[in-house]
Amino acid sequence: MEYYMGDYEVAVIGAGHAGIEAALAAARLGAKTAIFTMSLDAIGNMPCNPSIGGTAKGHLVREIDALGGEMGKAADATFLQSRMLNRGKGPAVHSLRVQSDRDAYHREMKHRLELQQGLDIIQAEICDVRLDKEGAVKEIVTKLGAVYQVKTAIICSGTFLHGKIYVGDVSYESGPDGLHAAVGLSEALEKLGIGLRRFKTGTPARVKRDSIDYSKLEVQAGDEPIIPFSFETPREGLENQVVCHIAYTNEKTHEIIRQNIHRSPLYGGMIEGVGPRYCPSIEDKVMRFAEKPRHQSFVEPVGKDTEEMYLQGLSSSLPEDVQVQIYRSIVGFENIKIMRNAYAIEYDCIDPLDLKASLEFMKVEGLYGAGQFNGTSGYEEAAAQGLIAGINAARKVQGKEPLILDRASSYIGTLIDDLVTKGCSDPYRMMTSRSEYRLLLRQDNADQRLTPIGYELGLISEERWKHFLHKQELIENERKRIEKLTFGPSEKLNQMLVEKGTAALETGAHASDLIRRPQITYQDLKPFDDERPQLPDEVTEQVEIQIKYEGYIQKQLAQVEQMRKLESRKLPEDIDYQQVRGLRLEAIEKLQRIKPYSIGQASRISGVSPADISVLLIYLESCKTQQN
Amino acid sequence: MGSMISGDTIAAISTPVAAGGIGMVRISGNDALKIADSVFTSVSGKKILDTEGYRGLFGRLYDTQGEIDEAVVFVYRNPKSYTGEDVVEICCHGGIYLVQRTLRACIAQGARPAEAGEFTRRAFLNGKMNLTQAEAVVDLIAAQGQQSAQAALSAKDGAVFAKIHKVIDKLLEVSSALAAWVDYPDEDIDEVSDENLKKSVNQICVSLETILKEYDSGKILREGVSTVIVGRPNVGKSTLMNLLSGAQKSIVTQIPGTTRDIVEDTIRLGDVVLHLADTAGLRETDDPVEKVGVELARKKLDTSYLVLAVFDSSEELSAEDLDLIERIKDRPVVAVINKTDLPRKIDTEKIKEKIPYIAELSASAGEGVQALEKEVRELLELSQLDSSSGIIANERQRACVLEASRTMQQAQQALIVGETLDAVNVCIDSAIDSLLELTGERASEAVIDKVFERFCVGK
Repeated sequence: MEYYMGDYEVAVIGAGHAGIEAALAAARLGAKTAIFTMSLDAIGNMPCNPSIGGTAKGHLVREIDALGGEMGKAADATFLQSRMLNRGKGPAVHSLRVQSDRDAYHREMKHRLELQQGLDIIQAEICDVRLDKEGAVKEIVTKLGAVYQVKTAIICSGTFLHGKIYVGDVSYESGPDGLHAAVGLSEALEKLGIGLRRFKTGTPARVKRDSIDYSKLEVQAGDEPIIPFSFETPREGLENQVVCHIAYTNEKTHEIIRQNIHRSPLYGGMIEGVGPRYCPSIEDKVMRFAEKPRHQSFVEPVGKDTEEMYLQGLSSSLPEDVQVQIYRSIVGFENIKIMRNAYAIEYDCIDPLDLKASLEFMKVEGLYGAGQFNGTSGYEEAAAQGLIAGINAARKVQGKEPLILDRASSYIGTLIDDLVTKGCSDPYRMMTSRSEYRLLLRQDNADQRLTPIGYELGLISEERWKHFLHKQELIENERKRIEKLTFGPSEKLNQMLVEKGTAALETGAHASDLIRRPQITYQDLKPFDDERPQLPDEVTEQVEIQIKYEGYIQKQLAQVEQMRKLESRKLPEDIDYQQVRGLRLEAIEKLQRIKPYSIGQASRISGVSPADISVLLIYLESCKTQQN
Repeated sequence: MGSMISGDTIAAISTPVAAGGIGMVRISGNDALKIADSVFTSVSGKKILDTEGYRGLFGRLYDTQGEIDEAVVFVYRNPKSYTGEDVVEICCHGGIYLVQRTLRACIAQGARPAEAGEFTRRAFLNGKMNLTQAEAVVDLIAAQGQQSAQAALSAKDGAVFAKIHKVIDKLLEVSSALAAWVDYPDEDIDEVSDENLKKSVNQICVSLETILKEYDSGKILREGVSTVIVGRPNVGKSTLMNLLSGAQKSIVTQIPGTTRDIVEDTIRLGDVVLHLADTAGLRETDDPVEKVGVELARKKLDTSYLVLAVFDSSEELSAEDLDLIERIKDRPVVAVINKTDLPRKIDTEKIKEKIPYIAELSASAGEGVQALEKEVRELLELSQLDSSSGIIANERQRACVLEASRTMQQAQQALIVGETLDAVNVCIDSAIDSLLELTGERASEAVIDKVFERFCVGK
């Protein structure tokens, strides 16, 4: 029997990394919000790596923070080791990555949700979503029969929908980490006309800390100075607490895999789901890259108060007995003890081409999707979408326009644009190479790009805003001062220049021209710059990058301007492209399917040619003329 | 892409691309006046930027190689122009070579080759025409679209696609190596070495330049080359013309000065198309009619690309011959030593000093055409060109390759001065984008596909 249990403006289904951001953002924007999870003990769980960030993912976390999201702050509060990846490869590709304390992160996030005003946290499995006569979301129903009236719902179901675990020839319905799978919701969505497909992913074993001989492994320590994810976290007092280790597979490992490959459910054809290319299992790596003599594995602690270790790089869906053999063939792992076995998991997700750029379904008003449910992979990608879906659900309830970030604003905008414009054929992972504006979308300037937007939305506090404005002012002033600064060819200066491997001065030179030399840093000029003010690192770092890369930045800004012109031409949602004369058939099909919101988005659809875009522009103009 | 909305400046040849008296290049957009100023210097010294609308200026066109031609430019100020934007129309002498060179000079200064129907589309968007007219534009674009779709398809199967893709693959190899190195810093993959990177970038630069060069030669194959036959009177110019065109086009007599007008024809010499013009013999004359003919011949000589200079082997080199040699020695020219069937008096050494391409033939006996064909091919650098190996087809494609080539030179430079590789990679991806715009694909997808194909990466 069903019973009424309350009403919400925004209901978030799932409390993983997407659900958390969605719920917090919606509640903070003043929407009456509830978050539903199958287990309160699994809020913000990390069923795979105990880590946050990494290349491009680190950018996403900084951006989430700059907009007023939570992931960065929780990661700062619970990290065990921090590294800035790609130091020395240029500022565009610096990426922050931390090892996290998995359990601490869960508790931190759970508590943050609990403390949020206007947000209810409810342990329940949602099995149905019902619509009103107009086809908009009206109610959601729990397994127990509780009915909640809702104006919007955001599905953040991760790998839970019809989750199925594979280990060798054994398979069973299950969510990750021993949690049970969600079964009712898939059918409910299919009844609404939403098509589902199967993706898969995998995770390696967790093993006992003292069963590894670390003396045979390489050490990988964190690095310093530690830069936090959040622009609000003070840079002082942060410390690395653990080291990680690196182990390598060998020919014996590969031999074991080859001999047992017929027992893999993937190679045996049992798994139909599409796996992520960037996250291959160890058997996949060995079979596909036969020429590689070894593959590496990072041994990462799962937390401070646990003896579990995560074996990054060694995910597998081979039978458990083979897993033991594989691991024990590795030097240092001879006596390894598995605590949780490796497995592959298959789950239902949607084709993101069914979504608008706001992450709302085209077909169902008020229904949103975020995270793995949308076909992505990774905690950071999920959180980014959750944040945007939460913001847009709240804005819809409040009668406001959705927030759509364009590709030049952020990796978040790039991620969502890729999803809703091109779709994905395997789980989508963010990478720096996915952005054409890499030199603009740096992790160090995420606040400049997005905090003004977050402030306008209402997700940034006055205090933080003031601090932000102050920082911008310092950067601007110092940059202007440096632009005006010149040096004569003094002996000391020339000595420094030559020592750094660059040409001495014969005449005077602008300080900015010296900083543009790849060998010279802002810091190098300090002894010659008497009037230099004392400035925080986060300020001087910006001054240096802005000057050093000015040429490239200008070039990219010109590209952005072109792109934004196209972006500003909006396409109405209700165009019947079959009625637009002059479009080619392929273009008509693609445009009908994707329903781009702007000429810019239309131009990025493969199969829509420049000639088609011309036709659309003329069609738009003629609509306007007719209206007048 | 990224350029479909007005704002950027477009340019195109607005007269038929064929031999003709006058050729016109039209520029439209915000920078039209500025770009025109950078390729044109008026005789009066007045800048186009300082010229009111509906006014013309006379002067000279220049590109980086020097003077192109004399020209008249007409200035139209926004909104009083065909497109409603600032427009400059540059009128120079006709023929393919000069007009193309003018267009290219404009592109080099920042104009973009116009898309099909783009001037008209801009005119519509700026309210210069009504809906019915605009619908005609849609038909035009649709028709062109179909054509270009077909062209793209045949290119896809064909040699152009293969050739461009060879460069794209090389670029992707570099970019994916950089991407893997950047996106998977903890993986056990090879470092990108500076040495290898430099080598690859240099190779790519060379390939792109070769494609651009072949484009020019390929264009000659496709569109033909404007050619003028010159020589003093009665050396057999008209006989040569008739031999090549296979018909009695020019009146042939023993009387010097018979050809007074210019006789034109398009002929095929081997696989090269020549737009051939036979001219009056160059000599001082008092006959007013012949004088006009000689004047026309001199003009034709100045505006044609290829010169066939005819000499009579049965006579010694005259002052007029030597004069002609001086006049044309720095141009693409083949010296034709005619009348080899008669006793020889000519000293060809003097010609050889100035003109390296020499063909001996007897036009009246119809002998030696093959020798001429061989010299023309060599001169036009067509010998190394395998026409089945794929040549890019039009200015739009050329602009894509040119852009890629420029960006790669920047990458080369960045590597030399030691910029960080994220900056270098931006150049490489931008070059890939330019080439994929040519073939109709997209860069970021291609790079990522390549990463997973080539590298064993991932957790």
